[in-house]
Amino acid sequence: MTAKAQDPYRMGRGGGGDHNTGRGEGGPASKRTTVGYGFWIYLLSDIILFSGFFAAYAVLAKQTAGGPSPHELFGQGRVALETAALLLSSFTCGLAGVAAEKRKLVPAQFWLLATGLLGAVFLGLELSEFAEMIGKGAGPQRSAFLSAFYGLVGLHGLHIAVGLLWLGTMMAQLWVKGFRPQVLRRLMCFNLFWHALDIVWVGIFTMVYLMGVAP
Amino acid sequence: MLGKLSWSAIPFSQPIPLIAAGGVGLALLAVLGWITVKGHWPYLWKEWITSVDHKRIGVMYVLLGLVMLLRGFVDAIMMRTQQASAIGHAQGYLPPEHYDQIFSAHGTIMIFFGAMPVVIGLMNFVVPLQLGVRDVAFPTLNSTSFWLTASGALLVNMSLVIGEFARTGWLPYAPLSETTYSPGVGVDYYVWAIQISGVGTLMSGINLVTTILKLRAPGMGYLRMPMFCWTALGANMLIVAAFPILTATLAMLTLDRYLGFHFFTNEAGGNMMMFVNLIWAWGHPEVYILILPAFGIFSEIFSTFSSKPLFGYRSMVAATLFIVVVSFTVWLHHFFTMGAGADVNAAFGIATSIIAVGTGVKIYNWLFTMYGGRLRFPTPMLWSLAFMTTFVIGGMTGVLLAVPPADFMLHNSMFLVAHFHNVINSGVIFGAFAGITYWFPKAFGFRLDEFWGKMAFWLTLAGFLIVFGALYVLGLEGMTRRLQHIDFTEWAPWLYVSVAGVGVMILGVASQIIQIVVSIRNRDQLRDDTGDPWDGRSLEWATSSPPPAFNFAVLPRVHGEEPYWTIKRQAIESQGLADEPEYEAIEMPRDSATGVVTAFFATLIGFAMIWSIWWLAALGFVGAYATFVVFAWRDEEEKEIPAEEVARIDRARRAARRKWLEENREQPA
Amino acid sequence: MSERETDSGDTAPGDEAAEGEEFAGGTSGYVVGLGLAALLTAAAFAMVNLPLVWRPAIPMALVVLAIAQMGIHLVFFLHVTTGPDNTNNVLALAFGTLVVLLLIGGSVWILAHLDHNMMPMGRQMHGFP
Repeated sequence: MTAKAQDPYRMGRGGGGDHNTGRGEGGPASKRTTVGYGFWIYLLSDIILFSGFFAAYAVLAKQTAGGPSPHELFGQGRVALETAALLLSSFTCGLAGVAAEKRKLVPAQFWLLATGLLGAVFLGLELSEFAEMIGKGAGPQRSAFLSAFYGLVGLHGLHIAVGLLWLGTMMAQLWVKGFRPQVLRRLMCFNLFWHALDIVWVGIFTMVYLMGVAP
Repeated sequence: MLGKLSWSAIPFSQPIPLIAAGGVGLALLAVLGWITVKGHWPYLWKEWITSVDHKRIGVMYVLLGLVMLLRGFVDAIMMRTQQASAIGHAQGYLPPEHYDQIFSAHGTIMIFFGAMPVVIGLMNFVVPLQLGVRDVAFPTLNSTSFWLTASGALLVNMSLVIGEFARTGWLPYAPLSETTYSPGVGVDYYVWAIQISGVGTLMSGINLVTTILKLRAPGMGYLRMPMFCWTALGANMLIVAAFPILTATLAMLTLDRYLGFHFFTNEAGGNMMMFVNLIWAWGHPEVYILILPAFGIFSEIFSTFSSKPLFGYRSMVAATLFIVVVSFTVWLHHFFTMGAGADVNAAFGIATSIIAVGTGVKIYNWLFTMYGGRLRFPTPMLWSLAFMTTFVIGGMTGVLLAVPPADFMLHNSMFLVAHFHNVINSGVIFGAFAGITYWFPKAFGFRLDEFWGKMAFWLTLAGFLIVFGALYVLGLEGMTRRLQHIDFTEWAPWLYVSVAGVGVMILGVASQIIQIVVSIRNRDQLRDDTGDPWDGRSLEWATSSPPPAFNFAVLPRVHGEEPYWTIKRQAIESQGLADEPEYEAIEMPRDSATGVVTAFFATLIGFAMIWSIWWLAALGFVGAYATFVVFAWRDEEEKEIPAEEVARIDRARRAARRKWLEENREQPA
Repeated sequence: MSERETDSGDTAPGDEAAEGEEFAGGTSGYVVGLGLAALLTAAAFAMVNLPLVWRPAIPMALVVLAIAQMGIHLVFFLHVTTGPDNTNNVLALAFGTLVVLLLIGGSVWILAHLDHNMMPMGRQMHGFP
């Protein structure tokens, strides 16, 4: 009997024959797999961090305390632009990864730069929104709804800002050191990070902005 | 320039904290001075502080945890004696604001800086050895995790002399913890200490999950991992899934306190019950983060000292994973009385009763592991047996509390206090002592003294039963928790009983300390050369004690559930060791100061944020970023241990094993 | 730790499977992903602004679109597949998703219930959204 028949789901049962390192027989996994997996686990924890703020927003969304409501505050145009910028940056980030796989330095740097610029555009739009809202007297101190809003959206913005810092550092490192295995691993992790932030943004624009202004 | 910090932050008018801090400070200075005079700094720096070896980090974690357990125990003594000396007209010796800080610090220190480091340290030390690999997945991250935990512990202890600690209980319930009611820096100390050490804990969780799932010796499928690895996997999955909730909740509290947000305030639509809700969504999994590794330790010990494989291995795995998932569905039982409706309370009450099933499965498995085995009763086994009996009592009072109508009567009573001390003491603390005695010879090459170990065991067990037995009775008589002064003189006898129990426990703690001193002094008689002092069954006993930096000269091949037992049986039956392998050079991660430097900056950030010294906080962030860049820029990540060195070390181990084999020729199979 | 940079039969999250062409791989995969994501985003914005859907159903429709888009991101950008080389990654994801759902769902349920029971009529919350 083949090992596959004994253990069709490759859970490491039936002793031997399975060479899938992740599930059993092949010994420690490679560095790339290990690092990627570790970062994946970190991302899950980060998503759960966000979910705490999502839960807070869900609970507090109606508590405007007589202050402005989502209908009065959220403009869809800017959100659409932010969404477009972030989605495109996710795309360019993926292309940077593809270029790096092929060890093409200039395209990789170009796409990373594009990712960074689009991220900066996103961040700029978000900050201008915050500034405008605070100018209108709709700061986080106004009501629990606004606290939860600034908490959730601000946390996402903070992640983007940290991502940009990371991106810049990594680009410099790529320039100086070239495609070393550890630089490639960091690039892979950055890709994961950036795509995950885009997924979180999907949650935010749906739950905060669109549901906020839904008729 | 210095924010809120001024000379008035130091409590010159309060003699107790000042004298305590003075004593601790002097002791610390004496130790540091001794190290300097003896010239141990280079050794400490190279071999411990900057070490990324999982064994060294594990030992440091346990050491930190033990020191903090002692610190928390001092708080406990003060609480028990205060209550016993403040009955009726007597006022005791602790004013309310100080007493409140003490019970807050007691809980915080015991859970976050006592129990957690001990448990994480044991996992750190043992898991890679049991999996048959050379280190954890991310060694430098591991060192950073430890130092961040230490940084949090440092901040909490700083609050003793500089400023104050929270007076809110170990979970700073809003709105009491908001600036309106807690304007001082106490809650800020709590928040920043927990956030910093929480980051460390989270990273350590990620590290161990990745290690267990991705780095195992060839042949070690999931269902061949030792039980301790399974429970460590469960605990670390819980860390990864639960600690972000704590981070989020405390971040919201921080925003409320620092920037006037309204997450948990009474005004502007904030919802204070959301704090309770979120903090317990972390808090309940946290209970299992602590207890699951202890379950693993007991599984290893019962199996080893019954000389039998663990009974019901697969059901044990299933029960562990069951607990991991269900622990996320019971958090409301911490606040049944907050006023949610009957269906919410019923749902969570039922889930709470169900989660006890997983533990029940484990208890029966341990019983059947012992049934028909050849039992031995050294200290680790005694701790385990005491755990099994007392933990069942604690578990049953827990099931009582899981019934919402009963909980309405018992909520916030001493009965509750007795319940959770009962389970945490007999689960986590007994587990930690069992684990430490069990793996101590692996870490240091000699056993702990049995006489003083048994002494410590019996005294601690007796003290524990007296203290918490009395508290159970007090709870049923209606006494609530956290009382600084007791009006009802009828409770006095039981309060005196519990103080007597604390006295017995003090003797137990003293015995532990004597045990360590005596063991170090008699280390030559207690020496274990074979690396297998307990006739163990899993891979950590296959290497020498203490293990070499690379753990295994050649990664072992695993062919069954008890790999080392198989190797040992083969050696005994064939009267010889397996052939000498071909040694190859081994690459190990380079030591790095990244961890300790990051923690230094994290401490700066924490201290600066507590006292609103913004420039210092900014400096801390810049420093931390610079540290990361320096780490990322290094070219060589690994150092090589040459093949001859590996061969030399492993041949010494093989010689010891061969000697052991000859001495045990008559041993029946 | 070993020197290899990839494993057969075990893939890092975000990496495309080593063996053979993936259907969501390479530049074309990102292009398809971008197209689908853009389409779903546009649909979500249209849902709110155009009278396409029965009003009370709009939130549910938005949730469906968001989940679909998250799925698209996972498959085309993060290269999560159902293949055996991805089992560990998917299991971790499933656990994380479960906790997220329990936390958000549980919090909303508990606190809505509490509001219903405890708060004065003026501040009653009618569930979210």
